[in-house]
Amino acid sequence: MAKLDELQDIVVQTRRDILRMVHKVNSGHPGGSLGCTEFLVALYNEAMDLKEGFDMDGKDEDLFFLSNGHISPVFYSVLARKGYFPVEELNTFRLLNSRLQGHPTTHEGLPGIRVASGSLGQGMSVAIGAALGKKLNGDDKLVYSLHGDGELQEGQNWEAIMYAAGNKVDNLISTIDRNGQQIDGPTEEILPLGNLKEKFEVFGWDVLEVAEGNNLEAIVNALKEAKSRTGKGKPVCIILDTMMGNGVDFMMHTHAWHGKAPSDEQLENALGQNPETLGDY
Amino acid sequence: MTKYIDQGKNDTRSGYGEAMTELGRTNPNVVALCADLIGSLKIQPFIDENPERFFQIGIAEANMMGIAAGLTIGGKIPFASTFANFATGRVYDQIRQSIAYSGKNVKICASHAGVTLGEDGATHQILEDIGMMKMLPGMTVINPCDFNQTKAATLAIAEHEGPVYLRFGRPKVANFTPVDQKFEIGKALMLSEGTDVTIIATGHLVWEALIAAERLEEQGISAEVINFHTIKPFDEEALLKSVKKTGCVVSAEEHNFLGGLGESVARTLTVHNPVPQEFVATQDTFGESGTPEQLMEKYGLNNKAIEKAVLKVLKRK
Repeated sequence: MAKLDELQDIVVQTRRDILRMVHKVNSGHPGGSLGCTEFLVALYNEAMDLKEGFDMDGKDEDLFFLSNGHISPVFYSVLARKGYFPVEELNTFRLLNSRLQGHPTTHEGLPGIRVASGSLGQGMSVAIGAALGKKLNGDDKLVYSLHGDGELQEGQNWEAIMYAAGNKVDNLISTIDRNGQQIDGPTEEILPLGNLKEKFEVFGWDVLEVAEGNNLEAIVNALKEAKSRTGKGKPVCIILDTMMGNGVDFMMHTHAWHGKAPSDEQLENALGQNPETLGDY
Repeated sequence: MTKYIDQGKNDTRSGYGEAMTELGRTNPNVVALCADLIGSLKIQPFIDENPERFFQIGIAEANMMGIAAGLTIGGKIPFASTFANFATGRVYDQIRQSIAYSGKNVKICASHAGVTLGEDGATHQILEDIGMMKMLPGMTVINPCDFNQTKAATLAIAEHEGPVYLRFGRPKVANFTPVDQKFEIGKALMLSEGTDVTIIATGHLVWEALIAAERLEEQGISAEVINFHTIKPFDEEALLKSVKKTGCVVSAEEHNFLGGLGESVARTLTVHNPVPQEFVATQDTFGESGTPEQLMEKYGLNNKAIEKAVLKVLKRK
């Protein structure tokens, strides 16, 4: 499938972007970014129905909200590679006077961003608001959101989860990055999330589980399936089992790279595992 | 001094409700959100006429602020309303990140502010909200004085692009603002000119200031009363012009003296023209149960307290 090969090239280039961005400023969050790379690449380049250019209102196009804002490196790379802003601007990540703040914000006017995130647990509410706005406007496009699994420990999520089901917000597809890790360790040790599928279902959501959350084909199919389940009275949840640090062997199977940048040698090693495809910025 | 007539006591929240009814008819982009307090916020008529433009969020204020932020994307103008305590302190970070920092056109409309909420007690009587909201970059903070002005302010903020905190209250109070007076955000209103002292008042304390000024006049003291309905942006020019003439100030608000209108007054004076100031405000304390009148008396928030503060500040001139 040619399309998958194209997506795979974007994935590898995005990994390189992430690694180089956090390495340059010796800060940022590579682990979760790498874990969601396949998902965000598939979402923006395959699933979403997008207009040319960017305007805040985003009428008659699909919208995406990143709730776990700390994975900004992957978000910025995917947006830049999609053409929202010049890829060279990735060079300014986390620098003074940059539009690419540590956590995403609308404040600096970066195209592609519709709300600030980083303080966790707020994105689903915003996505619901945007979805309700689309319904009021007679706009049949969809709203997507992405959330960390650890982030679900924030209570506001459950207000939003209850609201979306109770009010049949069925133009919303919320994905949970189920990597099982958070800053202090495994989620099930820090504060167990338990069976997320059952939790969402009992709240009234339609839930899909994706066991291979770093497999492009599985993600593309899941997004297609999720889309087909919208408009049926229930919000749709995708529980995406991902590997934090995916694509870089020494960043996988650990939470150590949640918020840590690679050294010069580690960067070289990591880039060696992901040879340039579309061209570095 | 200029005399004002109470056109009949009414609650400021009903001014909000009436304006919402009007906005429902005139502005198709206005949507209303509420966290299980429709009756208290007086928005049933809006809901009856525009059921599709009303969102009952339930007892979940954090979610309400986020949904309001999201509704702006696509062009809606959300009016998110609940009690002032739950509209600010409970959801400060949601307002900060999803609304203020994100520059969303959300109107946070907060009733039952201050001790005049009465018998429910301190858990519900927020006295810190003006401070919290004015500290947020880009947030406009408005505290109208009566029914007519709350109605006019509600209509005005629908036309203003950007986040707004509109604060009003529960009790029925004197309604003296002319019914047709247009509300200008950020423009303080000269109510009565005077030469000896400037009284800068906001919210329920404006009427109290007018009563105090009348009594002061009987004692031969000429008080200038200015209604600072907008706390941010702060009308520095109106304050400075007045103190140039009077040389001293009393600020009056139903709020903690830390962080409120009085501090905005003090900051302006310190920078431009340091003159004596006295604060009519709560003194870094929580409220308690009681009737609004009892609480205004106990916490020093009525016309008597303003009169006393004027006599004190005059001695410091």
